[in-house]
Amino acid sequence: MSIPLPRGPRPAAPSPASTALTFAWRAVLKFRHVPEQLFDLVMTPIMFTLLFTFIFGGALAGSSTAYLQWFIPGILVQTTVFNTVYSGMGLSTDLSKGLFDRFRSLPIWSLAPFAGLMAGDMLRHTIAGAIILGIGLGLGYRPEAGLSGILGSWLLLMAVGFGWGWIFIVLGLVLRTPMTVMTLGFAVLFPVTFASNIMVDPATMPGWLQAFVAVNPISSMTTAMRSLMAGTAALPEIGLALLSPALLTLALAPLVLWLYRRK
Amino acid sequence: METDLAIRARGLRRAFGNLKAVDGIDLDVPRGMIFAILGPNGAGKTTLLRMLATLTRPDDGTAQVMGHDLARHPERVRAAIAMTGQFASLDEDLTGHENLVMLARLWGFGWRAGRGRAAELLAAFDLSDAAKKQVKDYSGGMRRRLDIAASLIVTPGVLFLDEPTTGLDPSARAGVWRLIRGLAAEGVTILLTTQYLEEADQLAGRIAVIDHGRKIAEGTSRELKAQTGSGMLHVTPLDPGNRQIALGLLGEAAQSDPEGGRISVPVADDAEASAHLARLAEANIRLAEFSLGAPSLDEVFFALTGREAA
Ligand SMILES: Nc1ncnc2c1ncn2[C@@H]1O[C@H](COP(=O)(O)OP(=O)(O)O)[C@@H](O)[C@H]1O
Ligand SMILES: [Mg+2]
Repeated sequence: MSIPLPRGPRPAAPSPASTALTFAWRAVLKFRHVPEQLFDLVMTPIMFTLLFTFIFGGALAGSSTAYLQWFIPGILVQTTVFNTVYSGMGLSTDLSKGLFDRFRSLPIWSLAPFAGLMAGDMLRHTIAGAIILGIGLGLGYRPEAGLSGILGSWLLLMAVGFGWGWIFIVLGLVLRTPMTVMTLGFAVLFPVTFASNIMVDPATMPGWLQAFVAVNPISSMTTAMRSLMAGTAALPEIGLALLSPALLTLALAPLVLWLYRRK
Repeated sequence: METDLAIRARGLRRAFGNLKAVDGIDLDVPRGMIFAILGPNGAGKTTLLRMLATLTRPDDGTAQVMGHDLARHPERVRAAIAMTGQFASLDEDLTGHENLVMLARLWGFGWRAGRGRAAELLAAFDLSDAAKKQVKDYSGGMRRRLDIAASLIVTPGVLFLDEPTTGLDPSARAGVWRLIRGLAAEGVTILLTTQYLEEADQLAGRIAVIDHGRKIAEGTSRELKAQTGSGMLHVTPLDPGNRQIALGLLGEAAQSDPEGGRISVPVADDAEASAHLARLAEANIRLAEFSLGAPSLDEVFFALTGREAA
């Protein structure tokens, strides 16, 4: 057995863009080899969409179709935020399998594996979002702003996924098992997404809850999504929606770097 | 500065809480050598290797790897090394080919060149038939070979192998040994860890024995054996019933081998060996067989640590 060991010069280090592309390719391959993971990503939101639209829709908004107009932008936010939990689980798995050690011992930019994870996440958010939107359209959802509304919403969702993704990267780095990441993640995200304006107009909620819903960043993101889809989005609304992703990135990206270097 | 050293470490330390996993280790690994770190489970082998591979920060101490300082230029160290960890660091969902293409891309290969390199390595590691199978369907030996292949996308100066054959069946182990020898013949410095004395003896030019985070001995296999005394006296009583009496006569250091009825005792020189034989003869214990030999590494380990190797 002779092992081919090249002696010549090595290829130049890859650009950050090329590295991110490689990680995105890995995410595509995972979809191809483990298509079941799509279930994890879209099962809950599909169930919610059907349940809320047909069971509560009439009571909440007069008709199922009217409710869809309200609900679809919000469930897209929820889908994206929920899916960041799965990326935290994926990171935790990679860490426990030692795959991350392999990435870390490569002479690449030390945040590149995270940028790579993010690139893969953007793809997953896009696929999951497209499926939910497709189901919504099939059921009769009609965004007033049409394609431009969908495009704007997609950009906002990417920002949401990026910003909120840091929370679960931190948890993935700190917690020992993927299961713990999932349990803790949903324990927090379920109440936070329900106590928002995703499912119902908060006008009928008790005052203390209304106060929470008003400051809940999920609500501002949902409001901006609705305006984008309706074509009525104003700059302050978008700015408010981008506030939590921006703050999370500013606070958690350095923390991730520190946690990662400390290992 | 000794540039003929692949690794030079001084006083490396790392604690986890109160536990001193590595407690002040010096290491000089010459270039081109297979160097083995031998120690039982929990001795600190993995922690030591991870520090040298820039994966774990030392609390104290310094090291140069291929001439680059670990603390000052970790990125240069990373460019000069490759590490195959104790557990396969592969993406189980991807195929063997995809794993290697991904890593080749991360090393800066283009798509086409990366696919070429992946195919070339798979062929060399006898994995071409499994190239399109997901890694989770690989056997232990195949996984290990792919894991080592993944460390050879570009030619490393030093290859770290953490327990490369633990958990493999004998034929897979022999395959990995052949691989390691082949790499060393190509001039790659190899620092491997092992719990198997036989493995260190078979492969390594030098061996460092570590226990409880400290280096307790170092040398060639022959030097280590010499440290235990000139050798071992082995005797087999003709009548198995005499084994206990013989054990008593040969003193505290004597050990009985449960299977063959053989008793071994370390001796400083041949005069001491003769004295032991004379004592047995006086007690009328006839021997089926006796011999004087260099100690095995198992016996060395026992002599150094006072306990059995794992
Ligand atoms: N990340 C860690 N956190 C806490 N303890 C650790 C960690 N890594 C290793 N240890 C402990 O340090 C000691 C040495 O471990 P290790 O270097 O893995 O030994 P070996 O590889 O020789 O079996 C063990 O007691 C182990 O439990
Ligand atoms: Mg170990």
